[in-house]
Amino acid sequence: MNEAFFDKKDYKPLDRVDGRLKVTGAAKYSAEYVLPNMSYAVLVGSTIAKGTIESIDSKAAERAPGVLAVISHLNAIKLPSYQSKGEHPSEPSTKGQPLRVFFDNKIYSNDQPIVAVVATSFEKARHAATLVKVQYNKEQHQTDLEANAEKAVLPASGKKNPKSPTADYDRGQIDAFANAPVKFEAEYVLPTEVHNPMELQSITAHWEADDKLTVYDKVQGTKMTQKNFAKEWNLPEENVKCIATFVGGAFGNGLHNWPHETAAIIAAKQVKRPVKLVLTREQMFTMVGYRPRTWQKIQMGATKDGKLVAINHQSIGQTSTYEEFTESTLQQTRMMYASPNVSTRYRILPLNLATPIWMRGPGEATGAFGLESAMDEVAHSIDMDPVDFRLLNYTESDPDKNMPWSTKYLRECYDEGKKRIGWENRKMQPGSVRDGEWLVGYGMGTGTFGANRNSATVHAELDKEGNLVMHCAITDIGPGTGTAMVQIASNTTGIPTEKIAFHLGNSEFPNAGLQGGSSTVNSVGPAVLAACNALKEQLITMAAAKGNAAFASAKPDDVMFDKAEIQLGGKSAKLTLGDLLKQNNIEKIETTNESKPDENRNKYSMNAFSMHFAKVHVHPFTGQVRVKKIVCCADAGTIVSPKTAASQMIGGATGGIGMALTEDAVMDHRFGRYVTKDLADYHVPVHADVPEIDVYFVNKPDLLADPVGSKGLGEIAIIGVAPAIANAVFNATGKRIRELPITPDKLI
Amino acid sequence: MIQFQYERATTTKAAINGLANNSNARFIAGGTNLVDLMKRNITAPTKLVDINMVPLKDIQQQNGKTSIGALALNSAVADNKLIIEKHPLLSQALNAGASAQIRNMATVGGNMMQRTRCPYFYDTALPCNKREPGSGCGALEGLNRMHAIFGTSEQCIAVHPSDMCIALVALDASVLVAGPKGERRIPFEEFHRLPGNQPEKDNTLQNNEMIISVEIPDNAFAKNAHYFKVRDRASYAFALVSVAAALNMDGKVIKEARLAMGGVAHKPWRLKEAEKALAGKPATEETFRQAAEIAMQGAKAFKYNAFKLKLGPNVIVEALKNAAGLV
Ligand SMILES: Cc1cc2nc3c(=O)[nH]c(=O)nc-3n(C[C@H](O)[C@H](O)[C@H](O)COP(=O)(O)OP(=O)(O)OC[C@H]3O[C@@H](n4cnc5c(N)ncnc54)[C@H](O)[C@@H]3O)c2cc1C
Ligand code: SF4
Repeated sequence: MNEAFFDKKDYKPLDRVDGRLKVTGAAKYSAEYVLPNMSYAVLVGSTIAKGTIESIDSKAAERAPGVLAVISHLNAIKLPSYQSKGEHPSEPSTKGQPLRVFFDNKIYSNDQPIVAVVATSFEKARHAATLVKVQYNKEQHQTDLEANAEKAVLPASGKKNPKSPTADYDRGQIDAFANAPVKFEAEYVLPTEVHNPMELQSITAHWEADDKLTVYDKVQGTKMTQKNFAKEWNLPEENVKCIATFVGGAFGNGLHNWPHETAAIIAAKQVKRPVKLVLTREQMFTMVGYRPRTWQKIQMGATKDGKLVAINHQSIGQTSTYEEFTESTLQQTRMMYASPNVSTRYRILPLNLATPIWMRGPGEATGAFGLESAMDEVAHSIDMDPVDFRLLNYTESDPDKNMPWSTKYLRECYDEGKKRIGWENRKMQPGSVRDGEWLVGYGMGTGTFGANRNSATVHAELDKEGNLVMHCAITDIGPGTGTAMVQIASNTTGIPTEKIAFHLGNSEFPNAGLQGGSSTVNSVGPAVLAACNALKEQLITMAAAKGNAAFASAKPDDVMFDKAEIQLGGKSAKLTLGDLLKQNNIEKIETTNESKPDENRNKYSMNAFSMHFAKVHVHPFTGQVRVKKIVCCADAGTIVSPKTAASQMIGGATGGIGMALTEDAVMDHRFGRYVTKDLADYHVPVHADVPEIDVYFVNKPDLLADPVGSKGLGEIAIIGVAPAIANAVFNATGKRIRELPITPDKLI
Repeated sequence: MIQFQYERATTTKAAINGLANNSNARFIAGGTNLVDLMKRNITAPTKLVDINMVPLKDIQQQNGKTSIGALALNSAVADNKLIIEKHPLLSQALNAGASAQIRNMATVGGNMMQRTRCPYFYDTALPCNKREPGSGCGALEGLNRMHAIFGTSEQCIAVHPSDMCIALVALDASVLVAGPKGERRIPFEEFHRLPGNQPEKDNTLQNNEMIISVEIPDNAFAKNAHYFKVRDRASYAFALVSVAAALNMDGKVIKEARLAMGGVAHKPWRLKEAEKALAGKPATEETFRQAAEIAMQGAKAFKYNAFKLKLGPNVIVEALKNAAGLV
């Protein structure tokens, strides 16, 4: 067995810089801020999926002890942004009109927030919420994707822009599939999944003045939140502050500002006190997005010796009736394999459900389940090893964009992964390997995700003791952003990591985008790099001005701090930082630097790649599946922080196990209500489901993508894991399960 | 906050008195089920009698039986030397239930009294005869994948969710209960009931009675016992189907067998006909398969749980194979 990365003796990567705060409870999450005069809001959700509210009887609730207000469309203040019909106060998110909480009596989905009960304690609010009685005029709802599939539509983004990943796409000949020597066709279904981070969604809303709002909010973008609420309340941006110093996981559900946030802000305004609102676990299924149930159909044509001839891939994902949620489900089908003929058709289906939101790996993970399963099925039908089949159809440049890859080291992932999983033990014939009673199977799946990059700005200051302190508005939902940024700064300057601090999660800090789409290290990392280099340049200039000739022609790369003494070295000269600042009569130097994507983005196709191998055991009589080992190989560019990066991969693989085997938000369409809506019934993988996960990084920089050389890995950690497991289950049993999750009943 | 009285009892008598004159008073033990039900607004007792201080945690061997106090923790029973040695089936079943954290809180009495996990029962916006008699059964025509295949009624098709109870019914346990009029013993098999037209009633314990202990008669099953549970994830999930199997072997021949199933009925489902069929037969897969067939007689599936008709007998065979040491 290979040694796991963390067992290696010489493995001494940086521990999480905020690890101690987190394990000691000192890290403060959005529901943990205590403000004077705090009040507590609890939301009441609708119990129908479509219709109107006929009446609300709130008398008993209002009389209940401690109740400050019962707020609904009947008495809520109308937000300035509610007047402008159809306008979207919540860019950049899904297209459409986000749900305007307490706006009118219309019901668009079950458990839509319709009343907020505000009281002097959480318990009092919770009790009073049970006393609110609501009468409805019920209308016939539609929540069933398969039953309504024919009503699916091309989203507006696809209609408007033929280059959009959601637009209809044809490369080569449309009828190529019909004439292919080997023809394969199948349908795949991924159920609704719910992000379910450990931390419940919560917000503490505080009007510090009539026109000054502070929110302690669980979000993935502090600047996004600031902008949205400024727009929503018609305030100057600087009057809105969003604090999200710590976020206890999100997986995408903080990429949108949701009705419960606005509800808390309205409540705070009406009761004139700070309001804390924490969703219940059941409300996490209905109020903050989900991965949409998605149906896919693939037609794949090949020659008998394994050359792809055609891929036709179509999908239908669900959305709400008021927002058009889209994701890049079919994008990778256009570029992953060298097929001369490719067609994709992406459709969405508006249903009486709340709006979905990107969930880790988003559409790419959904699409990969279809594409990578189909690749396995075709390889099997022509009796070819699935890795060989992929190598035979490897793309050396992007066939969709017609551009060279910035970097692509996927071959290395295949080679390394095969070795680590013991691929030579796999037999082509399903069901032919056993371990005692258990059937043994091996499978693999590929993942890819765009190496996204946004502009970001970092402020940095360096004092005479050599302490480097940086600020940026970016959030950290768990991957260890602060740790990675400290590591980059240390690598760039030579300053020891313990003398570096990176402050984040506050909209008052310099601008950064969302923590989403695997873009944080690629976007904020370069800004850290730029700021560190700018500080060095200031020092070089100062040193040269003070007559240190050796520094006169120095470049930032020539100078590094000597770890022990905070001495500025290089060019065979040394200077103590403290002395230099003293000579200049200053306490510290500072800089603010922005880093933006450059024109290379127009010349190269930039993607991160991953390869997942799975070994499973399946019990032939009871259908139980046990994943015995997963190997994750990632081509994600430079690995800045090896420990937190490996944690990302392990977490992604764990999410993939959930997708393959356990997670399923099941809805009773007669009522339009979920029946698996707590953590007892909605099964996220537990320890016993998660085997050894062996992580391998190619770790070669992609300097075309960004100056740090990183391509992002939050998404590729999960993309391709579910099909790897499903393919392994097929190899073990000969049973092909095309609707996830693969529960025991499907295998007996 | 919902106002309720809270009282702490330190003796059995005080506990039982605590229930007097209040049909809406409830005992609270580990609270792992009751508190959830209160939070979801499914039940709202006006009085809680905390029985955690009542000295009923002992596990004793006396007069040919093992007696387990009603307040013994699930984890304490599972880890108890006497239980592991004499009734390993019970230890295995307990360890197959819930999570370590919950087992550290959950008590034997509370485990027996835990309510069904039927999702319609848990959602006050949906119909459920058990929660609200007369409102209809949401599961009958609904998502009934987790539901019963034996002993159902038009009124309710829910299953009893306990693992512990499957082992106890197999081991011919009895339940010692006490009420205002004194003590009585209920055979374990008669403790839980079928839904019939009173699905709101899970068991035969009277409103004013308390579970004191569970008693397991000595047996010869310790060597060949196995609890086999199939669930949707490797741990921390309720059973799709589970089987408690115990054999008293004479060489390769089965002298006597005990067999019970979980996840299939409103009560722990004892399989007496199959037990009879096993007695005197050689312990082979063939014998087990025949017994499993007999065990499944009378099973009736609904739209989403037909898989239990196939999974059920397979799990019986696997449990018996493991008990007999054939795996
Ligand atoms: C997420 C989750 C998963 C679970 N998974 C499983 C599983 O896989 N298998 C399984 O078997 N169980 C499982 N459980 C259930 C768990 O075993 C029960 O909740 C637990 O056994 C209840 O015991 P308690 O002491 O906490 O009962 P409490 O919640 O305190 O009480 C439950 C009921 O019993 C009554 N009661 C308690 N003691 C007595 C007594 N001495 N006499 C009379 N009445 C009494 C109370 O009044 C109450 O009505 C799970 C629970 C949860 C929350
Ligand atoms: S099966 Fe029983 S518990 Fe479930 S909905 Fe029907 S009546 Fe209620």
